Amino acid sequence: MSANAAKELSPELFEPVASEAGAEERILRERVGFWKDAWRRFRTNPGAMAGLIVLALIVFFAIFGPMMNKYDDHTNNLTISNQEHIGDHYFGTDNLGRDLWQRTWHGAQVSLLIALLAALIDLCIGVTIGSISGYFGGRVDDILQRIIEILYSIPNLIVVTLMLLVFDPGIVPIAVALSITGWVPMARVVRAQIMKLKSQEYVLAARTLGAGHRRILFKHLIPNVMGPIIVAVTFAIPSAIFFEAFLSMIGLGIRPPQASLGSLVFDGYNYLQIYPYQLFYPAAILCLIMLAFNLVGDGLRDALDPRMRK
Amino acid sequence: MLKYTLSRLGYMVVTLWVIVTITFFLMHLLPGTQLKNEEKLPPEIREQIIASYGLDKPLMVQYGLFLEKLVQGDLGNSMNLDGRSVTDLILQGFPASALIGIQGVIFGVIIGLALGIIAALRRGTWVDNLSTVIAIAGVSVPSFVAAGLLSFWVGVKWGILPVAGWESWEYSILPSLALSFFVISQMARYVRSEMVEVLDQDYMKTAKAKGLKRSAIVVRHAMRNALIPAITVLGPLTINIITGSVVVEQIFNIPGDGKYFVDSITTNDYTMIMGITIFYAILFIVAIFLVDLLYGVIDPRIRIASAKE
Repeated sequence: MSANAAKELSPELFEPVASEAGAEERILRERVGFWKDAWRRFRTNPGAMAGLIVLALIVFFAIFGPMMNKYDDHTNNLTISNQEHIGDHYFGTDNLGRDLWQRTWHGAQVSLLIALLAALIDLCIGVTIGSISGYFGGRVDDILQRIIEILYSIPNLIVVTLMLLVFDPGIVPIAVALSITGWVPMARVVRAQIMKLKSQEYVLAARTLGAGHRRILFKHLIPNVMGPIIVAVTFAIPSAIFFEAFLSMIGLGIRPPQASLGSLVFDGYNYLQIYPYQLFYPAAILCLIMLAFNLVGDGLRDALDPRMRK
Repeated sequence: MLKYTLSRLGYMVVTLWVIVTITFFLMHLLPGTQLKNEEKLPPEIREQIIASYGLDKPLMVQYGLFLEKLVQGDLGNSMNLDGRSVTDLILQGFPASALIGIQGVIFGVIIGLALGIIAALRRGTWVDNLSTVIAIAGVSVPSFVAAGLLSFWVGVKWGILPVAGWESWEYSILPSLALSFFVISQMARYVRSEMVEVLDQDYMKTAKAKGLKRSAIVVRHAMRNALIPAITVLGPLTINIITGSVVVEQIFNIPGDGKYFVDSITTNDYTMIMGITIFYAILFIVAIFLVDLLYGVIDPRIRIASAKE
């Protein structure tokens, strides 16, 4: 072995490699930014990807599903009431002969809309209050924290019920009622993150360069908190969908003839013993939406903060 | 510790006062009348009824009277159920609600603990995967859907258990099960991740090196340390159980506080809505307070940390 190796040695092997100035500094691989890196991690998580696909399918059907047959969600046809398999009523018909396929996807639209709207309001209030509280600290923080502490211990069951007794239930009032206490977890997440970040050197550098509070908050701090914020939004959506359904149940949800997934589930309860499909279709879609958001949320949390993963 | 307890107590009182005040004033903004068959009442009787509920006095006076009575535990009379006392009605409905709630929690905690511990000990096996699936499913299938599935399969298809009513203990099984789903999933998830962390600690190696039996290591060293953080889940769980019981009682037609709550909303029974709201608020707040205290008592590290602050 060693004899062989010795034979192959020749002088040209010992010539210096041609060196070009700055070659070591050149970046050979494609640059991977934070979001790209996160997406790469997210993609390897089968559960999260499955959640994303289910979610895409549901959104697709919520938008285009109602165009797939010739019925609408509110026309009665008592001659075909409570039929499970009939023509192109894919999900059958309800007790008034309305097409359940139409009602389910229109309901999914309403539920998703309420949840997204509620999450959006949570996001705006939560990020504002959380970043002010975390960034300025001191007395402002003290006062905001006391308010948050009180709001945190008021059960949202109570707040939401009371609000909707006073205001007429519709998509916007329900979303607003849900965000009255809904912004609190978001504010807590943002506050904790901002408090951690505000003592870092780049904030000090920005301040030395003369950046104002507004610039430091919006340009430097909030973009760095985006990860936890997105995760919090993803988890706020299933909980909003749950509460919307809960409101339908106690008679404070979307008013008929409009339907949400929650109200369809509870309409289904009336006929559970004879026509169980009227409960199962909307209930299945509702569970799938919640499942998908939970899976995507878990995946995002792992992808955006690899240290959290076990 | 005493200082901490006292300040927490102070917060409880303030929070309750905020809830009571908001509830009171919102109730007076409500549209609709509180009187049954108002148009049929002769004006004298109508005035008499309104005076008997104190609705003719200025709002602030009503508020003062309401607070005064509340402190004495008097929530007024129901406007719908022929003048029965709200406090009595709530106490009458409480045993049924408490039974399904407590059964749901106990069952859920036992199963959830078992799943979480086994999953952590057999990481990466089918038990672990099963517990992950259950944990995610439990969060995604709300109690009202679980209730539907249970009452259809167990109640209607197999006919094993009654699906509605409240006559004997059997009637509480399905509602309790429906409530326990969420508890199982939360417990399993939390206990698993805590156990995984504890099993990696150095003192586990020490215990093994001492020659302790595996069962002793798991029970005496791992479980004790893993269960302490699990107590924090109990607070949010209580809240979830109470919210869930409102729906589940409605579905299974159980004469508990949750059903009274929904009924009082549909019949505009203002005093009853207010009474149950306040009752729920007290339950929530006391539950969270107890969990926090318990946490501090059981885990000395927390006690020291909070004393340092």
